[in-house]
Amino acid sequence: MKLPAATVKDLHVTFGGTVRAVDGVTFTVEDGEIFGVIGESGSGKSTLGRCLVCLINPSDGEVRHRDVDPFALSRRQLNRHRRRCQMVSQDPNAALDPRMTILQSLCEPLNIAGIGSREKRREKAYEMLDRVSLAAEFANRYPHELSGGQKQRVNIARALMLDPELIVCDEVVAALDVSIQADMLNLFSRLKDELKLTYVFISHDLRVVSHISDRVAVMYFGTIVELGPAREVMDRPLHPYTEALGSAEPKLAADAAERRGRIILQGEIPNSAKPPTGCRFHTRCPRAEARCSGEVPATRELMPGRYVACHFAEEMLARHSDTTTIRPGDNGARAATAQPVELRHDGRA
Amino acid sequence: MSAMAAPAEAAASNRILEIRDLNLSLRDDHGWVQVLNDVSFSVRPNEILGMVGESGSGKSMTALSILRLHAKRDAQLSGQIQFDGHNLATASEGRMRRIRGRHVSMIFQEPMSALDPVFTVGEQIAETVRRHFGVSRKEAFERAVAALDSVGIASPRTCAGLYPMALSGGMRQRVMIAMALVCEPKLLLADEPTTALDVTIQAQIMDLLLELAQKTGTSVLLITHDLGLVAETCDRVITMYAGQIVEEGRVRDVISNPQHPYTAGLMRSIPDAHRPRGGLSSIAGRVPSFRNMPEGCRFRPRCEFVEAACSQTQRLTETGGHLVRCHRARQLSLEGAPA
Repeated sequence: MKLPAATVKDLHVTFGGTVRAVDGVTFTVEDGEIFGVIGESGSGKSTLGRCLVCLINPSDGEVRHRDVDPFALSRRQLNRHRRRCQMVSQDPNAALDPRMTILQSLCEPLNIAGIGSREKRREKAYEMLDRVSLAAEFANRYPHELSGGQKQRVNIARALMLDPELIVCDEVVAALDVSIQADMLNLFSRLKDELKLTYVFISHDLRVVSHISDRVAVMYFGTIVELGPAREVMDRPLHPYTEALGSAEPKLAADAAERRGRIILQGEIPNSAKPPTGCRFHTRCPRAEARCSGEVPATRELMPGRYVACHFAEEMLARHSDTTTIRPGDNGARAATAQPVELRHDGRA
Repeated sequence: MSAMAAPAEAAASNRILEIRDLNLSLRDDHGWVQVLNDVSFSVRPNEILGMVGESGSGKSMTALSILRLHAKRDAQLSGQIQFDGHNLATASEGRMRRIRGRHVSMIFQEPMSALDPVFTVGEQIAETVRRHFGVSRKEAFERAVAALDSVGIASPRTCAGLYPMALSGGMRQRVMIAMALVCEPKLLLADEPTTALDVTIQAQIMDLLLELAQKTGTSVLLITHDLGLVAETCDRVITMYAGQIVEEGRVRDVISNPQHPYTAGLMRSIPDAHRPRGGLSSIAGRVPSFRNMPEGCRFRPRCEFVEAACSQTQRLTETGGHLVRCHRARQLSLEGAPA
């Protein structure tokens, strides 16, 4: 078996000495896997993604791409190493130079890396356009002539120009209409199979992440609160935060009973300079008890491959086993575990 | 739907808003282009009406037309927008100013661009109150503080003294709601009010919006691209496509039994952990340009059920309990969500 595409060990990223954007995160991204990262704005998921492609230096901890520690490389070596890990970001407009044609934008990474002749670079650009299902005539257009979905396809094509192994996708479908979104998600999974890629798929949208990912990590306030196989985590969440996220997601088949049982988290992610004591989620958690504000919950492996950091994870696991079998697509099972909870807006119970 | 009854009477009795044959043309560098085509619908008292569709389908244009927020020189509006005994399509600018913010108000997707960065949020809400009720500055400010309190802001007096940039996205949207509802309008146009927010904050904001609307007796036109949100919050739903209404009905009926292939397509595009990866069904192609609208059914180039007769003009007719603009609606059995 190949080495993991990325290994992250106890990673910390601190800004300005006080803001701990990523605060002790550990996981591996297996070769050929789609690893999803879910979280609200401010959870540190984008910082984590940028750190994974070496755009931000960690303050502490370790990132490895296979057996390489990219942050130990010399500047020259790092620039060369960057070809292996690429990033596609949310705003397709900001990522393309309005004065360059699509062809020029696509060839730019190869120009910088000094790979191939002019002819070869153009050939590769046309090949990548084809891969993302854009007609060859798009090559000579400018970004403003393209729709949002088409621009995002160009960004993907450009990320593929250097034959990367790992692609970090940061909210890549957030700005798109739902029908275009579906197209893009299909495209991502096709490219993964065709080019043997590994993705880290970052999004705030539970439906998107759970659909495309093999495994997901749920982030809150710089830490991973739950990690496991995507379907498992969605159907049987073991952390109250994951449960609340799933419950807040609007559902087509929602009925009145389920709506009443919905968990609405009060308040917002706290000020990042002043993290809450104990469990970071306790200020908004519907289950919080006294010990939660004093004691940081340890991350435990409750079932093979399922990691949770919550004092009540075992209880939640026991309750899931009580609710007998869970049919696929059965949202009712999730709603049954949801207790209506009233909290004041400042988040204290 | 007995929407064909005499509009004036209907508007006075059980309709807050009655729109008949609304057509809107806008002018850009290349000339005039028609972006709304014979849009007719009504909003009932205390109703939450959803409006869904992709970008460019005409949802926001409909809302902007109701408040006549288009630049006068570059927009041509025809048809009837009956509200409170007036036709807003032809009402004077003075009348519109008295209506905007007082009787009909609007919430936008991006609160930061709707709030003025150089005034505190308290001043901005108070301005609305002063304009419409002519009360003193002090009284208006007090009402602004009360409005901030009603949207669940923990220390409303402090918040009233803050500038918009000092607030988070969720807080800004609360401020927008406070501003929109401070005059207890009859109708609230909410244009993608939660699209820019996290899902947990979205749930808070929608809950708040619906609770307040119920309290003040305000009807809501909720414009969104999220059918899930519509399913959970609305009484009725309208699907817009390329400037036309293509389906309209009670939410439960439409969601469990969509009759127009476009509505069904929107529903199937929603990603789901239980659908195989790479197997999401999407709607091929995209919304046609208004300058290049296909003859007959406008959805025809993207529709999987297309046949020769689709090139004829399609009328909005009652099929299976709701209004549908598709002559094949009866023959198709489209997949809906479990009721």
